[in-house]
Amino acid sequence: MGGWAIAVHGGAGVDPNLPQERQEEAKKLLARCLDLGISALRSNLPAIDVVELVVRELETDPLFNSGRGSALTENGTVEMEASIMDGPKRRCGAVSGLTTVKNPISLARLVMEKSPHSYLAFSGAEEFARHQGVETVDNGYFITEENLGMLKLAREANSILFDYRIPAVGLESCSVGPPDDNLLAMNGLPISLYAPETVGCVVVDSQGRCAAATSTGGLMNKMAGRIGDSPLIGAGTYACDLCGVSCTGEGEAIIRGTLARDVAAVMEYKGLSLQEAVDFVVNERLDEGRAGLIAVSRNGEVACRFNTNAMFRGFATEDGFTEVGIWD
Amino acid sequence: MGWAIALHGGAGDISLSLPAERRLPREAALHHCLQIGVAALKAQKHPLDVVELVVRELENHPNFNAGKGSVLTSRGTVEMEACIMDGNSKKCGAVSGLTTVVNAISLARLVMDNTPHIYLGFDGAEAFAREQGVETVDSSHFITPENIERLKQAKEADRVQMDYTQPIQKDEKSESPTGNGDSQIGTVGCVAVDKNGNLATATSTGGFVNKMVGRIGDTPIIGAGTYANNLCAVSATGKGETIIRGTVARDVAALMEYKGLSLKEAAAHVVECNPRGDVGLVAVSARGEVTMPFNTTGMFRACATEDGYSEVGIWPSVQD
Repeated sequence: MGGWAIAVHGGAGVDPNLPQERQEEAKKLLARCLDLGISALRSNLPAIDVVELVVRELETDPLFNSGRGSALTENGTVEMEASIMDGPKRRCGAVSGLTTVKNPISLARLVMEKSPHSYLAFSGAEEFARHQGVETVDNGYFITEENLGMLKLAREANSILFDYRIPAVGLESCSVGPPDDNLLAMNGLPISLYAPETVGCVVVDSQGRCAAATSTGGLMNKMAGRIGDSPLIGAGTYACDLCGVSCTGEGEAIIRGTLARDVAAVMEYKGLSLQEAVDFVVNERLDEGRAGLIAVSRNGEVACRFNTNAMFRGFATEDGFTEVGIWD
Repeated sequence: MGWAIALHGGAGDISLSLPAERRLPREAALHHCLQIGVAALKAQKHPLDVVELVVRELENHPNFNAGKGSVLTSRGTVEMEACIMDGNSKKCGAVSGLTTVVNAISLARLVMDNTPHIYLGFDGAEAFAREQGVETVDSSHFITPENIERLKQAKEADRVQMDYTQPIQKDEKSESPTGNGDSQIGTVGCVAVDKNGNLATATSTGGFVNKMVGRIGDTPIIGAGTYANNLCAVSATGKGETIIRGTVARDVAALMEYKGLSLKEAAAHVVECNPRGDVGLVAVSARGEVTMPFNTTGMFRACATEDGYSEVGIWPSVQD
């Protein structure tokens, strides 16, 4: 018990037909991020700094759905959002609707530290970014060929459904897997077109301070202006004295379930351990939603749970335990 | 058991010497909105419809910080946000950054009912409004002379005012208001439960005076300013940043669910645990109970229950 711990994720809900080389790339990226985090922890950087630098790395690499490589809106543009929370005083910062900011998580941190507010969005957030002198690029920087392709297919499948429990008509035409996979969907999209929403990192440092950070491009083919769970404190991100949590999956389900806050709430109000809390929340608080989360406790524990088919994830603790995984 | 309804027009530092000409119209509005809500519940309207129509009424009233009468951003513009949630299904809708939509709460409802999403903001929300054909007007419609004055005061004081604050005093010990006198307006909200235990909540606001353009507060964040499940419905008001960090609305429900506290105990606990002067809320339970705690100087509020109890108030009542 005690000591530092770190967990990272690259999203929940993964195409079972994801090519092997992509899986390897993902695992390498997760491992690299863990190493970055571990070095930082060994240099005694506080948890809040560690989560930020790890998520920056995840944003910069185009592999996952955040920063470069973000999922595209219905208009073919990128609108990014992120949030960060520092356990000790529950300070928090969040941003939405970013179109030119290279590292949304760092802007979220600046909102927390350099503004009188907790959450800035769209043109106001972009303006704040310029004022703060953060690195900005043209919106095209974030858009990848691959995501343009996925968007085209998603539009063709006309696949954001109101009731996303019902498989879409025309699903079969765009899925490439065996018949069962045609029914595998996340948030109304066939799994082959779903860009697992978000990247995140949670850390407890050697002083027992917890922090959490989450960043995303959001849901493929989303309506312009759609805000998901990632920038919402208590939904996609939460940290307090007891723990740090970052969630991923069907954003709307995570919001309704106030997932990240509930992990801490059941620890606090029901005395559950970290793993019990994480299990409880994923089992009981999602109803029909599909999501996953990673969490750390102030005692140096790390936990993860998902009710999706898979979740890109990695963990490490001070006593030497490390693991990177995708499937269940 | 039976129906119950509670509504608020904002919590904050409401001066005890609020002049009658500022106090009476607000009290009248609270009475009026309460009556509308009660009539709707008696007519067996679903709580989701009840909270929406009461909040629409509060938005239309220029003396509360929502819809017409919204406070102004640092640029002198309005950016309105709102949120609605249904207790049983936990379906919800939220909007932020609205500049032309007459009733933000109704747009939030449409996001909930007519899109696969929960939350739309800014240009995307405005575009959705047009698509849905909701009533929109030039944004000057929402701006009132009182709010222009409030913004001026806030800029002079060079600080961000809460939903409800005293006018900036040169002499901090003085209790009497300055020339303009009144900066007392705040977020609006309504919670309701019918005799079958169906719960709903709705909150709407213009935000903070002199807020940065693009600033989002607690109101549209599920679990912060607004939350409902099958146990209770909550609408919070006060300092947005505190309410977000404190996940106020969710915590009331979580204490009931995970610690077995009663509605009153849970709500009182949450308000007490947050910094003094920052938080107020209204809440109802599935069993028809109602509570309206606040740790600010005052909170414009009103409530009624089926057994005939009703209350309209601003400052703490004698029995508190």
